[in-house]
Order: sequence, then structure tokens, then C-alpha cells
Amino acid sequence: MSNAAANFLVVGERTNITGSPRFARMLKAGDWDGCLAIAAQQVENGANIIDINVDEALIDGEATMVKFLNLISAEPDICRVPIMLDSSKWSVLEAGLQCLQGKGVVNSISLKDGEEEFLKRARLLMRYGAAAVVMAFDEEGQAATRDEKVRICTRAYNLLTGIGFLPEDIIFDPNILTVATGIEEHNNYAVDFFEATKIIKDTLPGAKVSGGVSNVSFSFRGNNPVREAMHTAFLYHAIREGMDMAIVNAGMLGVYDEIEPKLRDLVDDVLLNRNPEATDKLITHAEELKAEADAAKAGGVVAAKPAAAAWRELSVEARMSHALVKGIDAFIEADTEECRQKLPRPLDIIEGPLMDGMRVVGDLFGAGKMFLPQVVKSARVMKKAVAYLTPFMEEEKAKAIAAGQVTKAQGKFLIATVKGDVHDIGKNIVGVVLACNNYEVIDMGVMVPCDKILTKAKEIGADVIGLSGLITPSLDEMVHVAKEMTRQGFDVPLLIGGATTSAAHSAVKVAPEYAPGVVHVLDASRVVNVVSALLSDEQKPAFMAENSSKQEEQRVQFEARRNRKPLLKIKQARERAPQFDWATIDIPKPAFLGTKIFGSQPVAGVVLPAEALAKEGDPGVSSPTEPGSTTPATTDSAQSAAAGDLLLDTCHLELGDIVPFVDWGPFFSAWELHGRYPDILTDDVVGEEATKLFADAKEMLQRIVDEKRFSPRAIMGFQPANSVGDSVEIYADEARSEVLDTLHFLRQQREKPANQNNHCLADYIAPKDSGRIDYIGGFAVTAGSGVETFSKEFKDDGDDYNAIMVQALGDRIAEAMAELFHKKARDFSGYGQTEDLTMQEMIREKYRGVRPAPGYPACPDHTQKPQLWQLFDVEAATGIKLTESNAMYPASSVSGFYFNHPDSKYFAVGKLGRDQVTDYAKRSGKELADAEKWLGPYLDYDA
Amino acid sequence: MSSTLSDSPVFSDLNALFSRRIGVLDGAMGSVLQGYGLEEADFRGERFADHPSDLKGNNDLLCLTRPDIIQEVHERYFAAGADIVETNTFSSTTIGQADYSLESVVTDLNTAAVQCARRAADAAEKATLGRRCFVAGAIGPLNRTLSMSPDVNRPEYRAVVWAEVVEAYTEQVRALIAGGVDTLLVETIFDTLNSKAALFAIDTVFEETATRLPVMISVTITDASGRTLSGQTIKAFYHSIRHAKPFSVGINCALGAKEMRPYMEELASIAECYVTCYPNAGLPNAFGGYDEDPADMAADLADFASAGFVNLVGGCCGSTPDHIAAIAEGVKGLSVRSVPARSNALQLSGLEPLTVA
Repeated sequence: MSNAAANFLVVGERTNITGSPRFARMLKAGDWDGCLAIAAQQVENGANIIDINVDEALIDGEATMVKFLNLISAEPDICRVPIMLDSSKWSVLEAGLQCLQGKGVVNSISLKDGEEEFLKRARLLMRYGAAAVVMAFDEEGQAATRDEKVRICTRAYNLLTGIGFLPEDIIFDPNILTVATGIEEHNNYAVDFFEATKIIKDTLPGAKVSGGVSNVSFSFRGNNPVREAMHTAFLYHAIREGMDMAIVNAGMLGVYDEIEPKLRDLVDDVLLNRNPEATDKLITHAEELKAEADAAKAGGVVAAKPAAAAWRELSVEARMSHALVKGIDAFIEADTEECRQKLPRPLDIIEGPLMDGMRVVGDLFGAGKMFLPQVVKSARVMKKAVAYLTPFMEEEKAKAIAAGQVTKAQGKFLIATVKGDVHDIGKNIVGVVLACNNYEVIDMGVMVPCDKILTKAKEIGADVIGLSGLITPSLDEMVHVAKEMTRQGFDVPLLIGGATTSAAHSAVKVAPEYAPGVVHVLDASRVVNVVSALLSDEQKPAFMAENSSKQEEQRVQFEARRNRKPLLKIKQARERAPQFDWATIDIPKPAFLGTKIFGSQPVAGVVLPAEALAKEGDPGVSSPTEPGSTTPATTDSAQSAAAGDLLLDTCHLELGDIVPFVDWGPFFSAWELHGRYPDILTDDVVGEEATKLFADAKEMLQRIVDEKRFSPRAIMGFQPANSVGDSVEIYADEARSEVLDTLHFLRQQREKPANQNNHCLADYIAPKDSGRIDYIGGFAVTAGSGVETFSKEFKDDGDDYNAIMVQALGDRIAEAMAELFHKKARDFSGYGQTEDLTMQEMIREKYRGVRPAPGYPACPDHTQKPQLWQLFDVEAATGIKLTESNAMYPASSVSGFYFNHPDSKYFAVGKLGRDQVTDYAKRSGKELADAEKWLGPYLDYDA
Repeated sequence: MSSTLSDSPVFSDLNALFSRRIGVLDGAMGSVLQGYGLEEADFRGERFADHPSDLKGNNDLLCLTRPDIIQEVHERYFAAGADIVETNTFSSTTIGQADYSLESVVTDLNTAAVQCARRAADAAEKATLGRRCFVAGAIGPLNRTLSMSPDVNRPEYRAVVWAEVVEAYTEQVRALIAGGVDTLLVETIFDTLNSKAALFAIDTVFEETATRLPVMISVTITDASGRTLSGQTIKAFYHSIRHAKPFSVGINCALGAKEMRPYMEELASIAECYVTCYPNAGLPNAFGGYDEDPADMAADLADFASAGFVNLVGGCCGSTPDHIAAIAEGVKGLSVRSVPARSNALQLSGLEPLTVA
């Protein structure tokens, strides 16, 4: 990007009712939370300013603008950026100005209604303190040609500066008009804009230039790839001429260099009006692209482009670089060998062509032009080449050592998933990315105790230590490691990462325990910059200073946040529990009580008699009730049944049955590709990579199914239950005289509007004094140990890409199983059988009932897992073990409870007050300190 | 409007002062008044003897009922070395006086307050040949805010609307200007939108009088977050009020000088006008009092002056004529901060600043 581009501002257009149908719908429906979410998302996506327009015939513009702005004022994540008030009504703009404490922009004023009105408004803007978008419009109408644009803008500039309006507060919008309309006069509109922009910037000092870009491509509506290419190219040219900002969709900006070259040329022909047939050609090409895209959509996968084997004609160095950048490993060994013949030493190949190629990869990744899956593939090629060279280097090493020549890595990076946690996809990605950058990475794996990490760190002289974790108890373990590092006198930087970690937690809890420096790393794409700064004597002081000042700011904000809104007393919160008419509420009785076990293969180590397997039918999704295969609802059956008995009850489960339930959305985020599935496949920026990744994933999944690589197992069960306060008693049978166990739940304590309740999962179970029998369900599912075994096969082969792919698919399968078994659970409960849902609707959870998981927002205490394990003898049935932090192993496992209540929903318990935690500890027979340990991140106070 | 207004001669007088040396502002009014042990009867005087509600604590009212004392406090500050004193009008708006049901006397309050300060200034000028003493009309923040809801359950609700705030400030500003203040000081700003309404009112009154006075603006950084109560960073705040062409901008109240240092440093680096600082005498102690002594405060402000952060220093809560005397002595002879050239970058803000070069 040029310097001009670096300063370019994105004005988010999603909160513009005329530009966003979704925003329009929400605004009209009065869905203010939805409107705020759109605003927040734009800021998150990088909008520097947000444009707000509520102009709609049926909406009271002034009142709506005021209400929305007032709501935004209460959302620091949104109102941190300036607001552009956008309306064709002056009264709406003025109402908005009266709500902005920051300095905003008014969009727009113009000479349309004459000089007097124009200057009157301008004077008021000076008094309110706002910048103005000034449209190139006058009494005669809209300026279309370069000279008209320049003439009107110059006149407006002179009038404005004449009354003391600050020139820097003038933002001209010289009208971006639609090109390629088929009307010849329109062909030069983009050129007119570019040229006018340059003249305005050169001749009207201080003034800025903006515009609404989507207009330019209006003739291609319905063809987003072409429109996005046009927007990207338009901005590229306009920024070069001095355009300062544009109103665009902040989430959908492409890179000019990456527009497919043919399309880019045709788009440029149109925008720059350099070929009389440009429009026709672009239209033809656009239709081809659309047809291709439609065909690909129909086929599910984008058809492979014709193999461009031309690169094989290049020099060997260029071929190696190409292979690295493109992640092609087919020829790398042959090329490496050819190179070895050419260069004196194997190391020269690594430090030469290979590192050159990886540098290109690193630069492209850093610039956002390459995405993680590509980088991992590049690493695979690199590793393959290095593996090929290793024997030659070993041979040489003897000589080298004799000559006193030792190669040194840039630094040693020790990384581990902390004790009690088993998740390591993200950690593996970090390892790969760092290894690509010539750091020596020592990956200690998962569930690594603190002393092992620190002993190893001393032994190898680690330059940086990285800790990873996904579940909340890992946060405490990280604090512990930090304390130990202090005690043992470490001085190397400590990096914190993983899904459960946050910059705030690292700042508030971890950093104060370890003075030499704690750095939170958001994701793998940041880690190289962080580590290289930390290992550079020049960069480190400034980097650490900035890091600690950010952390200090976060600690202050954390305190401020905590102090701002006091929680309700637990007594008050309970008074605000939802009220149900238990006499009439529908309580379905499950088709069986006790448990049912499902599996394709027996639990490891136990052989299932063939005839037992043959007897079992597949309950399937649509044939739910199988009275013959239920276990009696007694403690005996659930807890003391021998393995053989359990296996006799194992229902057959095939991997193939699970696949349709896979939700692909989170798969892409695991690879740090951000966007919604399936839109992500056609995304302007990551679409191509996402599509490739998706094709690879499907292929691998097919292989897993065909080769039965995973061995999924599941257990589900129902027991009679009643709530007592915020706890749920689980009974041995419907007589309800024997309590098997009691589940204790937590209630939301944050203050809410009067029409909302403070929820607790126990609310969804009929109270004991209601006189009705209710039922609670539980489940645990796992993709099985095959995930790790299969992944390891790839890893041992140096193929991190497929190793990570297998793990990511393991997680998808486990989640899909949770969805599949929830379907079965609803069918067993009866109401599921009349559901009329598509698979998409099912994946979006558009059904009655919830399946909250212990350790997650609705019931954040991980210690409910051992209760569930004991109640249903989960480990014997599924092989899923619990670690000391109550993480499930194998990692690709899911467990939770079933609630059938018609009004049940997911919610986050949120922050907990000391009063509730004290009560919770008492109810569950725990020491207060123990309860506080498990609920650490949720405490609203310092334990 | 602005192009047709003429500048008051005070501009050149103050420019002359600030080009020579660091100026000195007065200290707290309330803290000094506490020493007089005033009772309900003092606050009521004759005029409000039968007023239905309690008036003790309405310090602004003393301009009407004990003008002798108010004038004396101003005199003590001039004697301590202050160049500028603030009128005793922090809450003299219809919104501020509503708590005492005294909305109807707001114009009188402001007029009387200017007279008290002006008499003290005249006396001080007469006492020392060639001395110039200035009166700044103090405009406080209001007890109702435009940016924040007082009801956590209704974030969109506001206890007051823009037009009401502008109207309240307009009445105060008219009376201060008519009374003869030299400058206007919009101070202790914790909600920028309130201050923007005050600046809007000021600009409207300037247009009525066809004359522009120096507008001084002083914001309150609430705590170590470095933000105003309404959430803005110091730079975002500056962008929000820059349109008012402030004569000076600064920080006062809430913090002691030590805690203000990073924000003063930042403000001094961006302000295209004079910079002021009048901190509290330290952070409040356990009893709500302030116990930083004059020497400490003077040392901190002298440090700011040496670092080139300030053109005018004084004191806020807890400071007394003794503090101001020490401060005036402490900054004597230190070099003046030079005002940077105006930038022609577009300077926008939300809670955070955005600059478009």
C-alpha cells in the first residue's frame, strides 16, 4: 500500500438504511440491539467513522436519530469512532448534532437550495462544531463532468472559507456516478471523478475528498464479484489522486493487486475509459464469471482453474519460491535436489531460495494478502525441502563442527498447552508460523504441568515461553505459571494465547504476577511480529513499554467497568426469575429413562461380541423410540453396570450419519479465516482460500469416513428431576424419593430492564412444590481417540497442514454429534418428531430446548462434568476422560444437559456477586475458596 | 457571524501577558469560604429571608447576600499574585439554581458576581501602578448531562435536552458579558456535550453583542483512565471543542498535579492555543479534604512550566491564597510555552480522536 492508502479512511455504510436492508429491517422492527450490533461490527471490521442514516418515509427521522445516537453513546466499542450524520433532512442532521459529544461529520450540505441556505447551515455547523460533506451540487443540479465538479466545489470552498469555515472541515463529495450503463456520456464518469479529485486536492488547500463508492458499479448489481472488483479498483485510482475517505462496507474491501488480472484489466478499461468496447467486454466477462460462480455453487466446489504449468519453465530458485508461495509440494524434492547440485552447501539452499520464498510468504501474510491455510501449506513445502536436505546437512555437520561453524536459529520458542487443558489446534498453528520464520520451536504438547514447562525452558535456554489454553480453568493455571516464573527468577517474556484468554485477563491477572513481561497474542498472525520485537534489543524496550501501558489502561478500564454497574443481590435476582404457570406447562416425558449408548466401535480395549452388534438397529434421526433398547432408570444400571452390559445396549452409530450435521461456520475461524459460511467461499478477500480449504476439508472428511479413522461414541440419558431454588434434584425414579445427585446452577445478577428476567437453568425444571414430575437429560459425545492418532500420523510426516485439518475436523464431528444427539433427544422426548426443520435451521438451533455445556456461559462451573460422568458412567460408555481441570480428553468431545422447557434458551450467567458464590459453595458443599477458583473469571470481586 | 465580529481588547492584553511570563489564575472559592463559618442567615440575607427552601451551601448566592466576603476572597487572590480571578458563578444557571428554586435570580447572581470580582480587580490595579487584573466569567458543568443517562435501564434516556442546556447557558453568558467580564471560562467539563452546548450559547451571544471575548476551556480528567467522565480521551476532547477557537484549553479539578502530568503533557503537545492547568491540592483524603501544601503544589506546577506544558497556572479544590502565592512565586521567571502553529488536518473524534492529515 502506498502512503496515501495507509491514511485512507473507511466510513462504514452498514448503519445506513438506504444501503443496508438488514439495518433497515431491524430499525423498522425496533430491534435496537440488532442495530447496535451492526454498528459495533462495522467498527470491529475497521470502519474509521460510521455513517448513520435513518431516512425512511415511515420513520420519525429526528426521534429515531436521537434515540439511536443516545444508545450508541452508551456503547464505548461503537462511540469510540466519530459519527457521520447522514440525512437529506436538515432537521434530522441538527437533531443528531445535538447528541454528539465528539466531533462528527454532517453528510451533507450543498448549494442545491442556494447560497443563503447553504451559508446559514454552514454557520450553524461551525457553532455545533462539525465537519461537513459538501456535495458537488448547485442550483442547477448535480455536477457530472470534471469541470462542473471543480467549478461547484471551488465556489463552495470560497463561500465557506469566506465566513471562516475551517478549510480542513470541508469534505467534498464530487459525486461518484454509475459507469458502464451503455450510455456513452456516462463512460467518462469515473475519470471525471479522478481528475476532479486531483484538481480539488491541488487547488483547494485543506479540503478533503470523499464519496459513496457503491454507486459506480450500479449497472452490475447482482454480480458481487464484479462490483467488488470495481470498488477496489475505483478506490485504488481515486486514492492515488488524493481521495481521503469513502463510504464503503468495511468488511468487504479487496486488494487491487489481487483482483484476477483479466477482470482487473477490464474493470480498469471501464473506469479509466480507455477502450470504447470496455463496457461490452466487462459485461461479457461478468456474465462468464457469474455463470462460473453459479456452476461452482451448484457443484459445491469451485472448479479447478486450468493448470498453469508455465512456472515449471522458470529457474530453479524461482520455482522453489513459487512452490513455497503457492504451497505446492509436488516438485519440491526434485527442485531441492537440482538446487543442491547447483549450490555449494545444503544450508545455502535453506538460507537462499527457501528463506527468500518464506520471506515472501511472511510479507504477504503480514500485509493481509495471504491467509493462514496458505501459510501452513507453505510451511509444509518448506519442511519437506528441509527434510530432504537434513541428511546432507548431517553429513556436513561433522565437518562444520570441526570448522567451528554452527548455525543458530533466530531464537528458541517454547510453547505448551497448560496442565488440565487438551486443546492445541491454535498452539500448533502458532508453532508452525514461528517455525516458518526460522525460530526454533519446542512444542511440549498438551496438559503440560508448570514445573515441566519451566524445567524444559531452563534446560534449552528458551528465549520466549508461550502458554495456550481453551477452557477457563486454564486461565488460573497461566497465572500460576507466571507466579512460578517470578519465584524461579525467569526473565524471558511470557506469551499468552488461546481462545479463552484475552488481553484484559492477561493485563489484569497474569501481567501483575510477572514483571519481566507478559504479552497477550490475539492470534497466530500476530505472533511473528511479537516474537521478533521481543527478541530484538532495539525493538524490545519500546514494544514492552507500549505493551505495559496498554495493560495498565486495560486494568484501569477493568476497574472502571467493574465499578460502574453494581450487580443485583442474589435475592433480588431470584425475585426476577421468569415465572411459569407450572400447572399448564408442557412437560414431555422421555421415551426412556436411564441411558442409551451409541458407537461404531467398542470402547478401546473392550471387544464387542459380533452377535450383540448385529442385534442392534440404528435408532436414526427419524425413528426415535425404541422401547426395547432402554436401560431401567435405577442407580444400579447407571453406575454399576459391567462394561459388557453397557455394550449390549450400544446402538449403532456411523460416521456417515454425523456428517450432515456438521456446521462449517466455526471450521473457518479455526483457520483464522473470518467470515460467514457459506458467504466466506465467495468473499472478495478470503474466498479463494476458503474455497480451497473447504475442498481439502471435504476430501479429508471423506477419507476419514471411508477409512473409519474416527470412532465416535456417545451416551445420552434422562432422569426424573425437580428444581429446588436454583438447584435441580435428580431422582432415581419417578417416585422421586431417592435423590441421586443435585445439580447446582447459577443465576444472572446483572441489572436488567424491567421487562427482562434474571435467568438460571433451574428455572426450566418444574419446582418440587409444583407437584409435577419433570425430567433433565444429559449427554456426552466424542469423535474418539482416532482424531489424535490420525493427526499424529500427518504430524510425524511433517505435514502440519493435514495434522491441523484432522484436528479441526475432529472438533466439527464432535459438535455435529452434539447436534445429532440433541435431535435424537428431542425425538425421544416426543416434540422433536413434529419438528419441521431443514438441516440449516437445525444447525442454527431453531428448535425448542437447549443443551448447555458445563463450563460454558449458562452453567460456567466445569465441576458439573464429574457429576454428569458419575451419574451416567460416561467414561465407561464413551472413553472420554476428565483431566484435573475437567477438560475432556479426547479433546474432540462435547457434553452437556438437555432442557426441554418450551421457553428455555441460551444465556450467559455473567458476573457473579460474592453473595451468590457463597450461597453456591454452601449448596454444593464446596469450600468458598474452591468455588471461587472454579468460577474465577466470572467473579465480580477479588476473591 | 464570526467574520463580522470584532475582538475585545482583552485579547491583546492577555497576549501581552502570556508572551512575557506564565500567568497565574486564582484558587478555590469554596475552600476559602469554609473558613468564614457562614450560616444560613448569611446565605439568605435580607432579600431571601423568607425563601421557602434552605439556601446554605449555595455559594453563588453570596454574591448577592454577602458581596463583601466574595469581594474579599477575590482581593486575597489578587494579593497572592493572581492575574485572573474567576467569578463566583459556577452554578449560576437556571439548571444549577433549580435545586434552590432560585431560577428567577440567575441574571442577578451573575451580574453581582462580576461586580464583586471587578471591584477587587479595580482595587488591585489601583494599588500597583501598571498592574492589569482580569476577571473570568466562570461557567460550570451543570448537574445534568447530555451524554449520559441517569437511568442504567434506559440508556437512551436523558435528564435534559440540548435546547434546555443552551438556553440555561445563554442566560448566564448574557449576564456575565453584560456585567463586564474580560473572558469566559467554561470549566470542570466532565461531559463534552454539555460544554459544546455552553460554547454554542457563547457563540450565539457573541453574535448578539458583535464582540468576541477570549474563551477559555478547561476539562476534567476523572481518574487514571485519562478520560473524561463521559469517556473521551484528552485528544478526543480537544478535537470536540477546537471549533470554538479557544483562547486557552486546560485541565482542572478531580486530580492533583502529579496525577495530571501525562494528560497535561499530551494536551500541551496538541493545543493550538494557550494551555492552562489548575489542579486540586492533591487527591481528597479520607475526610474529603485536600492536604497538599502550597510548596508541593507550587513545585509540581513549576515542573509543568519548566517542561513547557503551560501558559497559565492556578488551583482548584482545596487550594487557598497561600497556595496561589507559592505557585506565583514558583513559576516566576520560567520560560513561556510557545503556541504551535495551527494544523490543517481534519480532526474528528468519538471517544477517541481521529486525524485526517
